[in-house]
Amino acid sequence: MATFKTKTDKGLKPLSTASLPDIVFMLLFFFMISTSFRQTERVVSVKLPEATEIAKLDRKDLASYINIGTPIPAYQSQFGTEARIQLNDSFSTIDDIRDFIAASRESMSEADRPLMTVALKVDENVRMGIVTDVKQELRRCSALRIMYSTRRKAENTGF
Amino acid sequence: MAKPAGEINAGSMADIAFLLLIFFLVTTTMDVETGIQRRLPPMPDENQQAEVEQINKRNIMVVLINSSDRLFAGGQEMHITMLKDKVKEFITNPANLPNMPEKRENDIEGFGPVMVSRAVVSLQNDRGTSYDAYIQVQNELVKAFNELRDDFSMQHFGKKYESLDEDQQRIVRDAVPMNLSEREPREVTTRRR
Repeated sequence: MATFKTKTDKGLKPLSTASLPDIVFMLLFFFMISTSFRQTERVVSVKLPEATEIAKLDRKDLASYINIGTPIPAYQSQFGTEARIQLNDSFSTIDDIRDFIAASRESMSEADRPLMTVALKVDENVRMGIVTDVKQELRRCSALRIMYSTRRKAENTGF
Repeated sequence: MAKPAGEINAGSMADIAFLLLIFFLVTTTMDVETGIQRRLPPMPDENQQAEVEQINKRNIMVVLINSSDRLFAGGQEMHITMLKDKVKEFITNPANLPNMPEKRENDIEGFGPVMVSRAVVSLQNDRGTSYDAYIQVQNELVKAFNELRDDFSMQHFGKKYESLDEDQQRIVRDAVPMNLSEREPREVTTRRR
């Protein structure tokens, strides 16, 4: 009887996948370091304006965010379409900013408190009135380091 | 003699790691926070009357954005693309005109005497100005100051401002101060009534 010579005994071993976990772990660590957790659920829609003279926020952990924009469609029946302020996860008023700033200060270490930055994420169609009110309230709370969050403007190639 | 311990099967390790990886990919964001960083002026003390710093009229340039997003700078209406050059010309006052800002010789530590312009750019806006227009103007003003700083550092250090070391940056900052003031919004409100 004829026997087929199988190739296996010639020594073609299956591809070793022993280093696969290492590769995946490397990817995992890369993503863990270079990303941050999603902060909060947005209840206002914010389309940031564009700018060119922008600086990177050095310490993300020292930033607190104030979102201003129109409520997302799901909340529009309840809150209307007028621009609103969002602190943490909920709609807020100017008067809530004081407590919000105090709470964010409280959560930072003593040494970091002067470095706290308030990032204003404001929709580009919002009127300045509400932004001015927020800025005045921030001045009253002596949270003076602010940042107007913007997107990087796409370089126009030809004039 | 004890049996040699067999190798632990590490085949599922990759699956576990993939699971973790996908979890992190879904729950995290990678966007870098960018924006225009500014410092608000501290609130004047209510008890003591705020001492209004008298600034010579020739040193002030008023940049005004009205409620329909039209831009006025130095008393004339202009397009936003012209603003930067106008501001730069105003700050440097190249021809030393008497109606443009004066310069004062300042002795900067570690560098020497420099003619520092005393120009102040005053940004005013209406409550009805759109945020986008406001940011565009802020951007142009910051750009004007940044370009002046770059010019100065190219001239004296042969490098751009960003690539200077900390001490040199301080010198450039002192030589080209960013005097950008925002008017008290209260006055803007009354203006509108």
